[in-house]
Amino acid sequence: MSIKVTTRQVDGVTILDLSGRITLGEGSVTIRDAVREVLAKGSNKILLNLGNVTYIDSSGIGELVSAFTTVKNAGGELKLLNLTKKIHDLLQITKLYTVFDVKDDETAAVASFTK
Amino acid sequence: MADSTTSRASYTLDSSLDSVNKIEQLAEQYAVRAGFDEDAVPQIAMAVREAAVNAVLHGNAYDSGKHLVASFETTTDSLIIRVSDQGPGLDPERIPDPLAPENILRGSGRGIFLIRAFMDEVHFRQLHPGTELTLIKHRTPAQPGT
Repeated sequence: MSIKVTTRQVDGVTILDLSGRITLGEGSVTIRDAVREVLAKGSNKILLNLGNVTYIDSSGIGELVSAFTTVKNAGGELKLLNLTKKIHDLLQITKLYTVFDVKDDETAAVASFTK
Repeated sequence: MADSTTSRASYTLDSSLDSVNKIEQLAEQYAVRAGFDEDAVPQIAMAVREAAVNAVLHGNAYDSGKHLVASFETTTDSLIIRVSDQGPGLDPERIPDPLAPENILRGSGRGIFLIRAFMDEVHFRQLHPGTELTLIKHRTPAQPGT
């Protein structure tokens, strides 16, 4: 199953709810496109909700990193919400857990963005 | 010494993402059959997927004239998976460390690292042309035999 992305706005933050697999050729390009689309619309506060992501491989991790740097280079912030245990473990192994700002509560996550 | 091989199967597939998914599914099935637990099975499947992605993407470069071969061998001690391509060859010594500060924000280059993290042994063999990766996960004594 490829990834599905739905977008919503909460208090000036764009939340991308992702579900499915983020792997080479399946979900990774979709995330890239979705993040670019958000930036193109003038929003640079992005929260990626990974709660319903069932699987991610190294390509998917790379896409999260690319999305992070793309948003950062655009002067914005990208944060991660609701990591599954497997994604949490992968980010720990790859030492990316401290690179990303990881949240587990949506309200607190939205409030944490720079106003 | 007696031959400890209990089963072995080999699959030759085209250079496509469908093949990557197929090999990943096979790895999961063989890992379950070998008695690995719910933590180890997805790790083995992911390691094998990463090896297959490397073979298709970096080895064969999606060349429809080239194939990848995956073999699964279950012995009394281990699950041994070999994935080979027909590409230009991969020198493991030249793979950048994805944990190095200068590489940590790279958008790629974590596949071999994850394979090494999840498997007990990883070996590279040059095939001229191509590369064969051998991934080994040791079975614990508590695991049932096949």
